Amino acid sequence: MFNLAPSDIIAIQLTLKLGLYTTCILLVIGTPLAWWLANGRSSLRIAVQSVVALPLVLPPTVLGFYLLLLLGPRGWVGSTLEAMGFTHLAFTFTGILIGSVFYSMPFAIQPLYQAFSSLGRRHVEVAASLGAGPIDRFFTVILPLTRGGFIVAATLSFAHTLGEFGAILMIGGSIPGRTKVLSVLIYDHAEAMNYAGAHKLSILLLSIAFIVLFIVYAVNRRFDSIRP
Amino acid sequence: MKCLGLKVLLILLMFGIDARAGDRITIAAASDLRYALNDIVSLFQQQYPSAGIDVIFGSSGKITTQIVNGAPYDIFFSADVEFPKRLHRDGLTATEPSVYAIGRIVLWSKRHNASVMTLHDLVDPSIRRIAIAQPMHAPYGQRAKEALMAVGIWNDIQSKLVFAENIASAAQMTESEAADAGIIALSLALFPDLARHGYHLIDDALHQPLTQGYVITKYGKDNSLAHEFARFMTQEAAITIMEHYGFVLPGRHP
Repeated sequence: MFNLAPSDIIAIQLTLKLGLYTTCILLVIGTPLAWWLANGRSSLRIAVQSVVALPLVLPPTVLGFYLLLLLGPRGWVGSTLEAMGFTHLAFTFTGILIGSVFYSMPFAIQPLYQAFSSLGRRHVEVAASLGAGPIDRFFTVILPLTRGGFIVAATLSFAHTLGEFGAILMIGGSIPGRTKVLSVLIYDHAEAMNYAGAHKLSILLLSIAFIVLFIVYAVNRRFDSIRP
Repeated sequence: MKCLGLKVLLILLMFGIDARAGDRITIAAASDLRYALNDIVSLFQQQYPSAGIDVIFGSSGKITTQIVNGAPYDIFFSADVEFPKRLHRDGLTATEPSVYAIGRIVLWSKRHNASVMTLHDLVDPSIRRIAIAQPMHAPYGQRAKEALMAVGIWNDIQSKLVFAENIASAAQMTESEAADAGIIALSLALFPDLARHGYHLIDDALHQPLTQGYVITKYGKDNSLAHEFARFMTQEAAITIMEHYGFVLPGRHP
């Protein structure tokens, strides 16, 4: 049943690329942010934490709408880019990537925040007193002790990006090879009454979603049981 | 972590780089063209085998908003010529809007035999859900609303109406029997999967005409393939397909 059409393959590649890039970006910016949220002393933390969690409660269309206005040729970011001789970001891969990073951010921050909170500052302070620099402290102390959090953050942000629909449709339109991801293609197939096509891709996403959640729960269990 | 750094760098490099190959066009089209235009595009590609054509379907109002916000569409086939006209006034087009077809709306149902029905039958309690396209931004939805108002049942059936994002979506809702009946485009009712069931052609005196217009956008101005495709639409082969799907072509009688 998995003889996929070329347009399906293109959408699958695009979706995986989007998921991968989003996950990488979120791990890079999410790690320091989650560390600061867990261990910082600023009173701004609660506000930032609320902003990061916004996509959990906001309709994706709200995010998509504002990003479209911001990144499009009339928007602040889009018009600045145009003035600099670049093209604006509405209906581009970069545009949906930015959308995905915001949209999946809580799914990266939350597990990292939990992991860093339960780790506390003590290990790091001990390592520092023994002369470990910040980079060394991160790779030899924090990362090994919180790797469960990292695995969960990476798998959840990846999976959540695969499931994104509303925001991508609004910022991205549905341009094959550039912004037409799996969820949008499934919608398109259903609308064209190509149920067989929609079915194939839906089963694929369903399986991936199950596998990802399975990994998340398996990892959680394992790291919970070895934690003192 | 090294690979992460590299990826981020690659992403930064991608900013603003929008590769556009020469022989490619992106067509944005109203959803009533979903089947007719696919046939025409395959025919066009037989003549221009190297041409890469992407077609994006949606409601005309939504596509217009996207073009205003910079969507990279070369040609726009609207279900209502008013939308291309609006883009033209805003300076977002390369050509004058021109009419390519007149559309019609029909009453269609999978559950009931629509060919013996009229709009008045929609009041009947056996019809619990009626799908139409969103009148706010879909021309076919607007015409459906006008027809329902003209026969005086709009208020009576308010609670039964379900609104689809575009006309193909309204057809899909009805085809899946989620809606008992739908007011859809004749061009969709003539698609083989749907044509197995009858339809009732709605009197076009009950609504404003569905004067469908297209335009080459400012984005597609220098794309010769876009102009080529627009010319192809006026040729006999394309006209035959359009008429096969129930469109009335300007200057020709059904």
